[in-house]
Amino acid sequence: MLKKEGEIRIPSGCAISGIIDRTGRRSINGRTIVDSIAVMHDRSNGLGGGFAGYGIYPDYADSYAFHVFYDDLKARQETERYLDRYFDVVNMSRIPVRPNRNVVDAPLIWRYFVNPLFNRIQEDRGEIDEKKFIVDTVFYVNTYIDGAYIFSSGKNMGIFKGVGYPEDIGDFYKLEDYDAYCWTAHGRYPTNTPGWWGGCHPFALLDHSVVHNGEISSYDANRRYIEMFGYKCNLLTDTEVITYIIDYLKRKKGFDYEDIAKIIAAPFWEEIDRMPEKEARKMKLLRNTYSSLLITGPFSIICGFDHGLMALNDRLKLRSMVAGEKDEVVYIASEEAAIRRICPDIDGIWAPRGGEPIIVHASKEAM
Amino acid sequence: MKRVYVNEEWCLGCHLCEFNCGFANSGETSMIKAYHREQRPLSRIRVEDGDDIHFAVNCRHCKEPLCVKGCITGALSVEDGVIKIDQDQCIGCRTCIAMCPYGCLVLSHNHTMLKCELCLENSCGEPACVTGCPNRAIVYEERG
Amino acid sequence: MGIEYLYPEFEVHRNFDRCIKCRVCERQCSEGVHFYDAEDDIMRADESKCVDCQRCVTMCPTRALKIVKTENTFRPNHNWHQDTIEEIYRQATSGGALLSSMGNPKDYPSYWDRILLNASQVTNPSIDPLREPMETKVFLGKKPHDLEFDSHGEVISKLPPQIELELPVMFSAMSFGALSENAHKSLARAATACGTCYNTGEGGLNKSLYPYGPNTIVQVASGRFGVHEDYLKAGCAIEIKMGQGAKPGIGGHLPGRKIGPKVAETRMIPEGSDAISPAPHHDIYSIEDLRQLVYSLKEATNYEKPVIVKIAAVHNVAAIASGIARSGADIIAIDGFRGGTGAAPTRIRDNVGIPIELALAAVDQRLRDEKIRNDISIVVGGSIRSSADVVKAIALGADACYIGTAALIALGCHLCRQCQRGLCNWGIATQREDLCRRLNPDIGTEHLINLLTAWNNEIKEMMGGMGINSIEALRGNRLMLRGVGMTEKELEILGIKHAGE
Repeated sequence: MLKKEGEIRIPSGCAISGIIDRTGRRSINGRTIVDSIAVMHDRSNGLGGGFAGYGIYPDYADSYAFHVFYDDLKARQETERYLDRYFDVVNMSRIPVRPNRNVVDAPLIWRYFVNPLFNRIQEDRGEIDEKKFIVDTVFYVNTYIDGAYIFSSGKNMGIFKGVGYPEDIGDFYKLEDYDAYCWTAHGRYPTNTPGWWGGCHPFALLDHSVVHNGEISSYDANRRYIEMFGYKCNLLTDTEVITYIIDYLKRKKGFDYEDIAKIIAAPFWEEIDRMPEKEARKMKLLRNTYSSLLITGPFSIICGFDHGLMALNDRLKLRSMVAGEKDEVVYIASEEAAIRRICPDIDGIWAPRGGEPIIVHASKEAM
Repeated sequence: MKRVYVNEEWCLGCHLCEFNCGFANSGETSMIKAYHREQRPLSRIRVEDGDDIHFAVNCRHCKEPLCVKGCITGALSVEDGVIKIDQDQCIGCRTCIAMCPYGCLVLSHNHTMLKCELCLENSCGEPACVTGCPNRAIVYEERG
Repeated sequence: MGIEYLYPEFEVHRNFDRCIKCRVCERQCSEGVHFYDAEDDIMRADESKCVDCQRCVTMCPTRALKIVKTENTFRPNHNWHQDTIEEIYRQATSGGALLSSMGNPKDYPSYWDRILLNASQVTNPSIDPLREPMETKVFLGKKPHDLEFDSHGEVISKLPPQIELELPVMFSAMSFGALSENAHKSLARAATACGTCYNTGEGGLNKSLYPYGPNTIVQVASGRFGVHEDYLKAGCAIEIKMGQGAKPGIGGHLPGRKIGPKVAETRMIPEGSDAISPAPHHDIYSIEDLRQLVYSLKEATNYEKPVIVKIAAVHNVAAIASGIARSGADIIAIDGFRGGTGAAPTRIRDNVGIPIELALAAVDQRLRDEKIRNDISIVVGGSIRSSADVVKAIALGADACYIGTAALIALGCHLCRQCQRGLCNWGIATQREDLCRRLNPDIGTEHLINLLTAWNNEIKEMMGGMGINSIEALRGNRLMLRGVGMTEKELEILGIKHAGE
């Protein structure tokens, strides 16, 4: 029997795409991102597609939105028992889907809007940071409840993913029903997978979602480092470890995205030597302190977060990634065509250099 | 001009230079052949051994060579700084030995004189004592 | 003299067709094997003295010589090997403990040789080090837990003292006394030229080598030879030697005949006196004592130098390493059971300690389990024989490697393992003036630089093959390794999968 993600490391090739409206208005319909990723059909092989939308749940903006795959009723019951103990479940329902003949073997897909019940949590866990508890919940359910998998856990954002071509997955999830200020998308070309929905991308933790194209050669160095800090790399995928690294540096260490990019795609020592003294000192410190978080090998990633995204290539730019901007909207994709498809009159498209992040923030005013 | 210099600090007294010299000037194709001849090749370089010191001595190619000055037949001459000997003219009078402050000339089996010509005339092309020295105690270089 | 039970171990094969009686072999043999028989006009040899150092073979201009292991055999016995029997004869006639040098030569498994490296194919590209930057620079030392920035985003935090290396290979501790001055000079100069470090060993540092201080690790061992304030400040790091892979649990003994004026001056002991390093540090009987020494040394050097604690790989190495990581030390050096020495009791050398591969894997994992891996860098030594061993060590979790034996081989050593006799024909492990002269440090330096340059290029080539362009991304990257022919347990300890998995 084929092993699924988590039991074996499966390298993948991919297509990625991302769109963000700087104004923070929910101006981008789900159809748009599906159209963009669909152009890069040949970059995936029908074994995985997915989307992350930000700003899609304005009615429940302050609740954590858990999207969960269940293999069976038992898994759902067990998970809901756990959620009921620690959370006020504001709303729960199956995520609406429409049948698509190319999307088969779908698990049960549920969505919960939850608010943590602090009294309960503290009774069981003592003083604990809210976000830490959410992360712990995700790890607990995914590790210990057989057949349950929380694949989205942020606020006012959600992941939609599954086994199939991304355009079929988009159709399946009825993405045209969602409007967002930011979307990212992923089409997957894994080299071996039994078709497990949880193994598809984007991978997300809290508000961070990562779509990634590449196969990082530093994987085990990164994994063994990040696991020292309470993360458990269950899926053995690059995207998972990259998400944890970003979460660690952002949430636990408080770095901004510019510095995070400098750590994971650090400049070469030669470049550091040429920097002005102050900058060189800081860079030397960053690179030295977090040497095990340097990511090598090819990658292009788009990391979505609350009111923003960061796109980043490995420092040698071993994967294609281009970006363009029109009015207040920024487009990023593996291929230029994926941008031109949805914005034919785009002003200019450029290829960001290896290791140079594109960080876009969306205004919070519009919300 | 490049000359052969000796760093006695690194001379091991192994005498390999003597054998490399003898072979280089023997005209033979192998050292074994050269030294298995009735008359063993003669070396133009000689290692002097003391208790704790070893020193290879050979022609310095002096700027004002006394040997040339003393040569009664004109067999010794200076050519581009290199002191050469014409075997056809040498009569083996040994005046040069007497003149040379270092004793750097050697009497050959046929009683003419032999001296270092920096291997420029033989097939070696550069001083064999230098190339063969295991410890860089003999060097061939330009010095001020 | 009674019966000589021991038959010479080696035979000198002289091809008389090739021998030109130049007597170079005779002049070069410090053991007195070769001699010229004027009466018969022939070269002869006393084979009983031969240690197979290969000096004569190398120097013979006509390649007339070879040294061959004797075929004389005792009646074959799988339990009582000839070596074992001979050692008993040796002890029965001398009454002494057997002494040997260099590393454990016995037929124990070498895990390096059972580990294979990965390479990129299709799903990610290999990187050509000739076309793309490939980084092998390493910083050894504690890493800060948290970085602090002021309100303008300027860094406030300072990096604790580090050793900056251009490549992850250093020369391990070998003392002046055990080694000749010329060997030390070669190591110091090559380390400086290559941007790495050499290590004084426990013999102090001669003032003439102070200029190489930025590339010198000064060692403080149980004998405290040559330790004084200037010495501690002269180097770029201080190493406390708790143990050595070749002889865990025991001290050292440099015999008086090797203590000439310069060694005496450097070690700060009288000329001709034996230099005996006690087995333990007598001020360190426990881990808390170690902490005191670590901080004494830091105090003495204004907290400007990283402190290394070197231990032999022994059974509970992971626990010991954990203790060291919490002692304030910046770097831990672990020396495997194959590590070399200038002299060790044979039984200790051949029977004590564990393989460095297993020790390294255990220590790295333990420090990660305890979440203190960033508090300390790991350096491993004890038979790192090639750049491939270096790459495997780093992928297992080391920050850098120490090489000793490999460096000596680059200087000419042929591993005859007779260093303790002080008659090294290669001018490496001797203090005899005429023998020391055989190692011209200009040549020695060049050879060492060549070796390190070649290894660094090979390391880059292997990294590039794996699609890794910075050594940091290789460190602890065990997914790049696969085992062949190992048991489940061995794989588990090494934390790697079997080939094919």
